[in-house]
Amino acid sequence: MSLTDLANPSRFLKFANRVLPWLGGVTVIAFAIGLNQAMGAPDDYQQGATVKIMYLHVPSAWLGMLAWGVMSIAALGTLVWRHPLADVAAKSAAPLGAAFTLLCLVTGALWGRPEWGTYWVWDARLTSELVLFLLYLGVIALWRTVEDPSRAARAAAILTLVGAVDLPIIKFSVDWWNTLHQGESVFRFGGSTIYPTILVPLLVMAVAFTLLFVTLQIAAMRNEILRRRVRTLRLMQAQAAS
Amino acid sequence: MTSLGALLIRDMRLAVRVGGGALMGVLFFLVVVTLVPFAIGPDLALLERIGPAVLWLAALLANLLALDRLFAADHEDGSLDLLLMSRAPLELVVAVKGLAHWLTTGLPLVIAAPLIGLLLNLDGAAQAGLVLTLLVGTPALTFIGLIGAAIAVALRRGGLLLAVLVLPLTVPVLIFGVAAANAVLGGAAPFGTPFTILCALSLASLVIGPFAAAAALRQEIE
Repeated sequence: MSLTDLANPSRFLKFANRVLPWLGGVTVIAFAIGLNQAMGAPDDYQQGATVKIMYLHVPSAWLGMLAWGVMSIAALGTLVWRHPLADVAAKSAAPLGAAFTLLCLVTGALWGRPEWGTYWVWDARLTSELVLFLLYLGVIALWRTVEDPSRAARAAAILTLVGAVDLPIIKFSVDWWNTLHQGESVFRFGGSTIYPTILVPLLVMAVAFTLLFVTLQIAAMRNEILRRRVRTLRLMQAQAAS
Repeated sequence: MTSLGALLIRDMRLAVRVGGGALMGVLFFLVVVTLVPFAIGPDLALLERIGPAVLWLAALLANLLALDRLFAADHEDGSLDLLLMSRAPLELVVAVKGLAHWLTTGLPLVIAAPLIGLLLNLDGAAQAGLVLTLLVGTPALTFIGLIGAAIAVALRRGGLLLAVLVLPLTVPVLIFGVAAANAVLGGAAPFGTPFTILCALSLASLVIGPFAAAAALRQEIE
């Protein structure tokens, strides 16, 4: 089954219904393993137990950016290939990305309070993440403003591609500016600077978060397709009545 | 080329005549700046310190004012369809409309900034720095705004959405514009670094803005 087969909404619905229980189960297992490992991981020698916030904070930051990446690819799908499911994917990913970004901001604030002595600083990494959150809200607002879904899709696609400029700014903000937020420590030249006992649970949690995103995304896409069908049926009903 | 020149002149005429928003931007700029001392008190030392930031913020907001009518007015009276069908590339048409918008909204702000800066107790050097940063930075605001204006072209209540969409994208311009203006005022950072980044932002938005806005217009009007 290829991507073009899934372009048919009915086939996608069948595929989603078949896949979702499995994905949900795997997600639960991954979270069980990840949380168990995270709780068992050693405390940081300076930060103590607060370092455990990292196991939620870092994966949600990654997923917040990944969701915009998914939206950008979907935007290309909408504008270039007119793929019928691309705008469904873009619309479903926006609230998920906003939720992950908000989770990242909130956990970051809770972590910042004991470690930096403040919930919030106007530092490049934090600011660019906040801008990402605002961009998500803007895209959601755009989806909610335009009535016709296919026109909304094209407008949102262009905004998504323009907003993608923020992704490299977030990624490299800790390298370009001297920030209070720590520098890149997982994906860097010369290997990670995180000790394996902490790094492994972090990566397991990242896998669990990604599975959660994929599950929610497919479920949201299914709901969106059904919602559009209901809309079409209602329009037909209204036409028949008049 | 003559058609593009004619478009530029037409847009500027429309902006200056009755119903256009050319001088409304400057008036709004003045009103916003006047409100600040009422809100934070007439402490001249404090006003001088936050002056560049206030002027930049007011310029950012004033720039949004006429933006929602930029394509929407043309869409309503049908001239946008003619522009879409014209032989000139749509990207250039959009860029010319952006230029006209900047000449009638951005440039008056730059010219008025020294006078309005006096209200905030800015001295000569600070004024010069501020005018320079506004001159270089306001095109970025206009050309980023073009994208939002094109996306919101056919929407009712497009103006509100426009602000929500455009303002997050202008954050870098605001950061480096204010940083450069503050450097003149005696900040720790040198003037050159934020100023050149501001130039780069303007040049980049000069390229990205018309292309994205033209794409949006083609998608919206079909």
